[in-house]
Formats: sequence, C-alpha cells, structure tokens
Amino acid sequence: MLFGRIKGNAVCTIKYPGTEGVKLLIVQPLDKHLEPVGPLQVVADTVHAGIGDLCVMVRSREASLAMPDEKFVPVDLATVGIVDDIEIRPDKDFDFTLKPGWNQFT
Amino acid sequence: MILAKVIGTVVTTIGNPHFKNRRLLVVQPLVMEGEKTDEDFIALDNTHAGIGDTVLVNREGGAARMVMDDPDAPVISVIVGIIDSIKIE
Repeated sequence: MLFGRIKGNAVCTIKYPGTEGVKLLIVQPLDKHLEPVGPLQVVADTVHAGIGDLCVMVRSREASLAMPDEKFVPVDLATVGIVDDIEIRPDKDFDFTLKPGWNQFT
Repeated sequence: MILAKVIGTVVTTIGNPHFKNRRLLVVQPLVMEGEKTDEDFIALDNTHAGIGDTVLVNREGGAARMVMDDPDAPVISVIVGIIDSIKIE
C-alpha cells in the first residue's frame, strides 16, 4: 500500500462491465517523504477523493476488493483512504541496517 | 515476510470500512549493512506496534486476509509480529 496525490480526472465512456460508475482519477504515487515515485497512474476511486487530496492506495488483486459492489473487476490500483494527518520520523532517527550476529531491538 | 521498522503513522478519517479500528503505519524494510535500501510502504497494523518498533510484515494479500479474518479486506501488507531480536550467522 502506498501514498498518492490526486492530480486530475480520467473520463472513460466505454468501460468493462462491473466498472460502470467507478470514478477514475490521475494520481502521482509518492514515497514516505511525499516525493514523487514513478510516472502518473490511473486509480479507481472508492473514497470520494478530489483533486489535491493525499490518499492511501492499494495495488494488485486487492484493489478490486476495495470496490463497493462488484468485487471481481479489472482494477489494479484503488484508493482506500484519504489522509488527514501523517507523522513520519526523519531517517536519521533510525538505523535500517542489519549486522551479522545478534541484533537486539527491544 | 520481511523485517521492517515502523517510522510513521497515518490518520485517515474517510477510509475503507474493512480498516476500521486498525491503524495504518509507514514502514521501511531493513537491509544488510552496505546494501541498497528498499522502498518504504504502508502496512495495516494487527499487533499494536508503534513508531520505532522492528516488525514482521506480511506482503501478500491472501495471507493478509487470513490474518484479518476477513475474506474481502483490500489489504496487501499487514504487520503480524513485533521482533525482539534476530541472529544472523
């Protein structure tokens, strides 16, 4: 699951059966620092997100499970939440490396 | 399953109903010394982990739905354990 910033709408008149009425949005995937990662993508909206919103998205088969009605639809990226607030600690606060031997975390 | 560190929390008021009463946490996978770091991602918490904890994260949908006991949950990554220590030979 990943962050994404909604950048626009995609209008599509002919759709696969089961996806009628699903809103499609253009989204920029983001990393933990909210920096863009990769190209713009199209996301199926299930939480009524709007342009400029920061969302949590889910990929692959699970995206179609996020759909409200029909669960077996050809969708591979869906919004599952609108972010109100995030708290991310700076990278320097943690050590993300493992060393040979014992690694004690608690 | 992978080892990761919890580095942040996400608050979503409007979200998928299957996520109710569970927190979304931002996790960063751990790597061996000198290796390139992997991309961070968001995981659903099933163990009451907090920022700074080293956790075990399951990154597969079928297992995630099994853990949540919900066959329709749109979840891929779920935190399934809090790690105390590991030994690497």
